[in-house]
Amino acid sequence: MEKVILFGPEIYLLFIIFILFVQSLAKSTKVNWLPYATFLGIFISIFSFKFNGVLFLGTYKIDFLSQFFKFLTYLGLTLCVLNSLKNKTLSQEIRAEYYLFMGLSSLGLLFLSSAVEIFTIYIALELTSYSLYVLVPLRNQDPRAVEGAVKYMFYGALATALGLYGVSYILASKHTTYLAILLQESWKWSEAGLAILGLGMFLLSFLYKLSLFPFHFWSPDLYEGSSNETATFAATMPKLGAMVVLIRLAALSPDFNLKLALGIMAALSMTFGNLLALVQRDVKRLLGYSTIAHAGFIILGLVAGTKLGLGAAAFYSFAYLVMNLAAFWVITLLSQKGENITLEDLKGLAQREPFLAFVLAAASFGLAGIPPTVGFSGKFFLLTSAWGHGFNWLVIIAALNTALAIFYYLNLVRLAYTKEPEEKRLDISLNSRLVACLLGVAIVFFGLIPQNLLSFLIKAVNQLTP
Amino acid sequence: MTNTWPVLSLLIFFPLMSTLILLFCKKDKLVRVLTLIFSFIELVIALPLLKFKLGSAAFQFEEFRPWIEAFKINYHLGVDGLSYLMVLLTVLLLPLCVLCSWTYIQKRVKEFHICLLLMTSACIGVFVALDLVLFYIFWEAMLIPMFLLIAIWGGPRKKYASIKFFIYTLAGSTLLLVALIALYLKGGSFSLPRLLALDFPFKFQYWVFLAMALAFAIKVPMFPFHTWLPAAHVEAPTAGSVLLASVLLKMGTYGFIRFCLGLTPAASVYFAPLMIGLSLASIIYGGLVALGQKDMKRLIAYSSVAHMGFVTLGIFMFNLRGLEGAIMQMLNHGITTGALFMLVGAIYERSHSREIADNLGLGKYLPAYMFFFGLFSLSSLAFPGTNSFVGEALVLIGTFSKNKVIGLVAIPGALLAAAYMLRLLQKLAWGEPSKAKNFKDLNLREWAYLVPLAILVLYLGLAPRLALKTMDASINKTLVKIEKVVQKEKNIDLVLK
Repeated sequence: MEKVILFGPEIYLLFIIFILFVQSLAKSTKVNWLPYATFLGIFISIFSFKFNGVLFLGTYKIDFLSQFFKFLTYLGLTLCVLNSLKNKTLSQEIRAEYYLFMGLSSLGLLFLSSAVEIFTIYIALELTSYSLYVLVPLRNQDPRAVEGAVKYMFYGALATALGLYGVSYILASKHTTYLAILLQESWKWSEAGLAILGLGMFLLSFLYKLSLFPFHFWSPDLYEGSSNETATFAATMPKLGAMVVLIRLAALSPDFNLKLALGIMAALSMTFGNLLALVQRDVKRLLGYSTIAHAGFIILGLVAGTKLGLGAAAFYSFAYLVMNLAAFWVITLLSQKGENITLEDLKGLAQREPFLAFVLAAASFGLAGIPPTVGFSGKFFLLTSAWGHGFNWLVIIAALNTALAIFYYLNLVRLAYTKEPEEKRLDISLNSRLVACLLGVAIVFFGLIPQNLLSFLIKAVNQLTP
Repeated sequence: MTNTWPVLSLLIFFPLMSTLILLFCKKDKLVRVLTLIFSFIELVIALPLLKFKLGSAAFQFEEFRPWIEAFKINYHLGVDGLSYLMVLLTVLLLPLCVLCSWTYIQKRVKEFHICLLLMTSACIGVFVALDLVLFYIFWEAMLIPMFLLIAIWGGPRKKYASIKFFIYTLAGSTLLLVALIALYLKGGSFSLPRLLALDFPFKFQYWVFLAMALAFAIKVPMFPFHTWLPAAHVEAPTAGSVLLASVLLKMGTYGFIRFCLGLTPAASVYFAPLMIGLSLASIIYGGLVALGQKDMKRLIAYSSVAHMGFVTLGIFMFNLRGLEGAIMQMLNHGITTGALFMLVGAIYERSHSREIADNLGLGKYLPAYMFFFGLFSLSSLAFPGTNSFVGEALVLIGTFSKNKVIGLVAIPGALLAAAYMLRLLQKLAWGEPSKAKNFKDLNLREWAYLVPLAILVLYLGLAPRLALKTMDASINKTLVKIEKVVQKEKNIDLVLK
């Protein structure tokens, strides 16, 4: 019985998915109950913080880190569901199916948070990805959505195939797929070259999810093509799964050369993402490129390899989730007919919707890493933890990238605050404003008072290595 | 360690909190009155600061609370002789800024005053933070309200000016963050007092100095990093210009004294020739360019470059007089240039032009206005009896006592100041009136914000003793470290010989 409780958050989501499945069979489109259900899920995941244990022959571990990422998953899912309830580009009859796949994808993320065995990780990753492949093209008659979906799927299939191939190398040279045992093995290039090669390939499938350069080609097209609501989900949630697995893998403290390769990719990713974001007009596409830059940032904490670094990376995942959800939330609200938002649409937002403008400003400054936002604290922790571990050059590049990125983030704020409005007031419900404000406040709050969350995450990371 | 009465925290957080009240105000008039009241309350809050102990180099009014333990970051505040006067100046300027924007700002009044209050919070925070991370947070956070001040209420080229301002200053401070992190890992703490007690190896100081100096030089701004300043000044609304000139620029020179001289003394000595060269270039270049300006605001902006050149020159002389002069000059420039920007704002409200040619011959119709303009212009060109004379004289004494050639190069800079300010003054007072006939002279509100500054000009000019006394102990403490370095180098030279 106790084992069932350990599996609580997953069982609860499975239950939600089952109801959605029944609804889709019954052709019912009443899904307004869903946000309440996932909101309850947030509490279930918080409640589960106090458990820890191992399930399914040691392939599935419940610890602070996994439960924290489950909490983030539920948090993100709730906001994504709330966000997409008024999805205008989704036909009525497939509503239940839409949420069914969103739920399945999140279920995969829950599994990913706890998986500590390579095949389990692989299966969880596939569950997340395949559900998402189905979600992306669900935008009324829009060829761009199909294009994004196809790109996403082909790249994804290739990346996961390579990942599986890498697993075979690990298995062949180490004779085990348990991370805990792999952790104690030697990870020197001279002794375990084949395994490192395998690990590198396995990593690729996650770097792809994280849209790290040069595995990023799908992401701007995906965001631009899919509906605002789906983009919100696709831009934020899969990153969580990739992050938790990468944190677990980085705790293996692999060979320096592998880290060096990661570091170089991170540097390229930041610079490249920021440079391309500079010239974007479509806000979603802009955020797509900014995601690529942020993927590079998160890697900073991983290459440092210290507990502080991993804790900082986990913190940044949280920051990333909140900031992006806030930015996408505003975009979705602005888009009254479900169309893509360009920079011009932001003009005069401060006068039309002061709250939304504030949230957009908080999110932009947060993504740019300007204090006092959670983006700054996260960036600061990452830079501090990476300095002095052979990656000082990467820290300097990361810091300089702030200056590069500021232009396009600042542009969002400037347009929202300075121009006179061209359109009339938007029709936005009180609840939407409230959620937006909560997100904006969270961005500032965790920027000023990150202490509790950070120390919790460092405690969580400490559990990873015995 | 915590004081019973957290005066510095109150100074930072009171303006921040009062913005929450403003959020719910609907009427513009109410917003203005409330902000004015808040700014007077802020002055009252600052009163306990007058208990500042003269002649002590220690940090006073300290507050200490653990903040982010994993990285040993603390909420640590305090003032000493270097920052004390700047805090007072910032607090004093807030009500004056509200008054000088009373009729100037007509659109989005509420947001404007919120930005002003946020600016004040952040500026005070920069000067009183004794933890590097806390300092950096205020340092960067201050960019946001300033950016909005220029971008929303600015002139025709506000887009260009605001973005240029933001990117320039941010680009400078990205490496500052890296330097602070490096200091933390080398020194084991983000606490400024603790780091000040340490000696770092020269090679480390070399890089840290470069990273910090870039950030501060852009903020000051020193030639050749000055190009953002005229653009920002010309486009910013009056209150924005005042804050920019009086407080923001001082953060750069404050950073030089506190961080560069304090944490990296050896590198400061090593790089002093470069910094002195750039200071001289700023003085001469700023003066020459100011001479050719037609726009009053632009002229004063370039004169700022020259004045700040004197400040940095004084700093890198590494002697008591030079540093005294530098800090005096920081204060003086804040008072005088702030007042001049207010005056330009006042005449702009009448003539709707900042061109000198449109504002000729004011002396006949606006005698009170011209009186103040004359006083502050004289102060700007360091006329004896005004505050700037004390500052500039001290800097020059410091310079000559160290090196006569440098002093001789700086002298033409002082002359240039007389040339461009007197030219401006002469045209404004006695030129052929073009449209001045219908202008009204200063009203009560304008008197109210000019008189305090005028009193300060004369007070600091005639009796600078008290101000100098507040800073002497802290300056000497900073200089001790520098002298140690110089002594060491001399010893090495002797051995080599």
